[in-house]
Amino acid sequence: MDMLTPVLTNNWDQDRAWTLAAYQQQGGYAAMKKALTMAPDDIIAAVKESGLRGRGGAGFPTGMKWGFIPQDNPKPKYLVVNADESEPGTCKDIPLMMASPHTLVEGVIISSYAIRANHAFIYVRGEVLHVIRRLQRAVQEAYLAGLLGKDINGSGYDLDIVVHAGAGAYICGEETALLEGLEGRRGQPRLRPPFPAVAGLYASPTVINNTESIASVPSIIANGADWFASMGTEKSKGYGIFSLSGHVTRPGQYEAPLGITLRQLIDLAGGMREGHQLKFWTPGGSSTPLLTEEHLDVPLDFEGVGAAGSMLGTRALQLFDETTCVVRAVLRWTEFYKHESCGKCTPCREGTWWLVQTLAKLEKGEGSEADLDLLLDQCDNILGRSFCALADGATSPISSSIKYFRDEYLAHLRHGGCPFDAAASTVFASHGAPA
Amino acid sequence: MTQIRRFSENDTQITPETYAELSAIAARYPEARSGLLPMLHLVQSVEGRVTSEGIEACAQVLGISAAEVSGVATFYTMYKRKPVGDYLVGVCTNTLCAVMGGDLIFDRLKEHLDVGNDETTEDGAITLEHIECNAACDYAPVMMVNWEFMDNQTPESAVQVVDDLRAGKDVHSTRGPRLCTWKQAERVLAGFSDGLADEGPAAGPASLVGLGIARERGWTAPPGEASGPTQAPQSTTDAVEEADTSRAESETMAKEIK
Repeated sequence: MDMLTPVLTNNWDQDRAWTLAAYQQQGGYAAMKKALTMAPDDIIAAVKESGLRGRGGAGFPTGMKWGFIPQDNPKPKYLVVNADESEPGTCKDIPLMMASPHTLVEGVIISSYAIRANHAFIYVRGEVLHVIRRLQRAVQEAYLAGLLGKDINGSGYDLDIVVHAGAGAYICGEETALLEGLEGRRGQPRLRPPFPAVAGLYASPTVINNTESIASVPSIIANGADWFASMGTEKSKGYGIFSLSGHVTRPGQYEAPLGITLRQLIDLAGGMREGHQLKFWTPGGSSTPLLTEEHLDVPLDFEGVGAAGSMLGTRALQLFDETTCVVRAVLRWTEFYKHESCGKCTPCREGTWWLVQTLAKLEKGEGSEADLDLLLDQCDNILGRSFCALADGATSPISSSIKYFRDEYLAHLRHGGCPFDAAASTVFASHGAPA
Repeated sequence: MTQIRRFSENDTQITPETYAELSAIAARYPEARSGLLPMLHLVQSVEGRVTSEGIEACAQVLGISAAEVSGVATFYTMYKRKPVGDYLVGVCTNTLCAVMGGDLIFDRLKEHLDVGNDETTEDGAITLEHIECNAACDYAPVMMVNWEFMDNQTPESAVQVVDDLRAGKDVHSTRGPRLCTWKQAERVLAGFSDGLADEGPAAGPASLVGLGIARERGWTAPPGEASGPTQAPQSTTDAVEEADTSRAESETMAKEIK
């Protein structure tokens, strides 16, 4: 197996890759045509067999999720694509939709047909104007070509897609908050049950999948479940986009079978920036506990990262070298969670506020060692006590950084402030000059 | 001053055409209220912010109360109650961009423009704010202007961008078209095309790094006939167990659906 396996990224270097003409020239919409001749249940079975697990971070089997839709429910069924990519460090869906929006549109058609939905929505975060233009245009082109609307490709199947721009709220990446936003309300998570599969959008059966999950579906239909399962590891099948950012020589998108290691990815990326070493990293966004260089050989699949005490998440690999102050990094993430807490649940609304207070004091070199225990105690009182996972995510960088870098917190107290030079971490700092 | 008049509460720009467009947005959805987020984007494109008149218009079109619309308008950070300049400049200061230089860029712009966070220059040209992660971390440090990507910024390049914008020069996104005004951008977010989708590249350089290496080394995904052992979890309970439970509680409890 080759180390990199471009599937979703494979057409990104084509001329005008975002257009219908370019996409069809690369074989686009052939999977859709094939799917529309299949029984919907056979498509669900194929996606189940492929082993595709949700690419938005949770890793739940996509086909099984589709199977939860009660087909005897007389209400309309809906497919909602979660394109609200906002988890800090995560930057895979946005370039996908910019370069090849038709991959997503084709995936939406096949997936909607499988769950017997005649209406699908792409909920894309509002802060990406050009991506929204490309999505809107792709949907328009698909309508004009008879790939959307009534009687698609003569199959008798009807589907409408609406591209819906959000308005700035991290919480809307949480699936029930997203539904609230899509219903024109404040984006606050719903109490479950009922689950979206039974009572989601407009209290109707609804499947919500991440952009990359849905975009992976055409390749499975085109090449077969076996083909997809030939990549990846025992329980984490297929390929995924790994996003490298930070202090690495060539940050960017690397599409590889699940199970590749960070050491391999950093090698491909030309190593850490010259003269520097990896200090800490996130495997899947800021909500996944930090790892260090001792984890360079952890297989980046759901099981491997889980066993290392973190989560694969969105494969958002943010890499920080030894010039970076971990306390500063964690404080900034914590401020983010405080800002993005929707305010519905007290442990999150109040808890993230207190976390910021305590951390900010430590970062300034004030307070005492007992504040570290206070922080962990606060985390303990927040974790698992809210409707959604936002606050759980807020505790991840804190507890993991104290686990691996306790002494760095104490150094702030000894030093009476941050012992690091923030300028040395920037990309404008002179290369090869260790701080 | 014309500037103040332009943003005056009693100087609403909402017309019968605006009402028609608001209704058209609502009509895209099976239930009209789903249109509220894009409708508020349209209000901003007309008014330069969310005004009381805009809130009333949305409420009237949807048949809900102004308080309900207001509750939504105050929840989402892209909706502005204060007048926004022609160009909304957002500097990412979430951890990764901040560390890579975003903090210094934001400091430099505050000083250069003589404004604080969420403030507008006196000429009404630039509103400056710090923003959260905008999903372009491989291009850090990132700045957004009217929600277009300005990748790989430095303090100097950021100053150049705002100076050029204030001087009325053409400035292009690093991965998109010539920058339009904030009001024009808001109109696109409301779902009305400006015909610029074909501008700019398919992907920026960082997006293509892995693909480039694969091309160089002749690496590809397996051919279509390849096969491997398929091993999907057999039961919901297995799937729940294997899923990353703390991030997907709806799914972890999915067994209760059955």
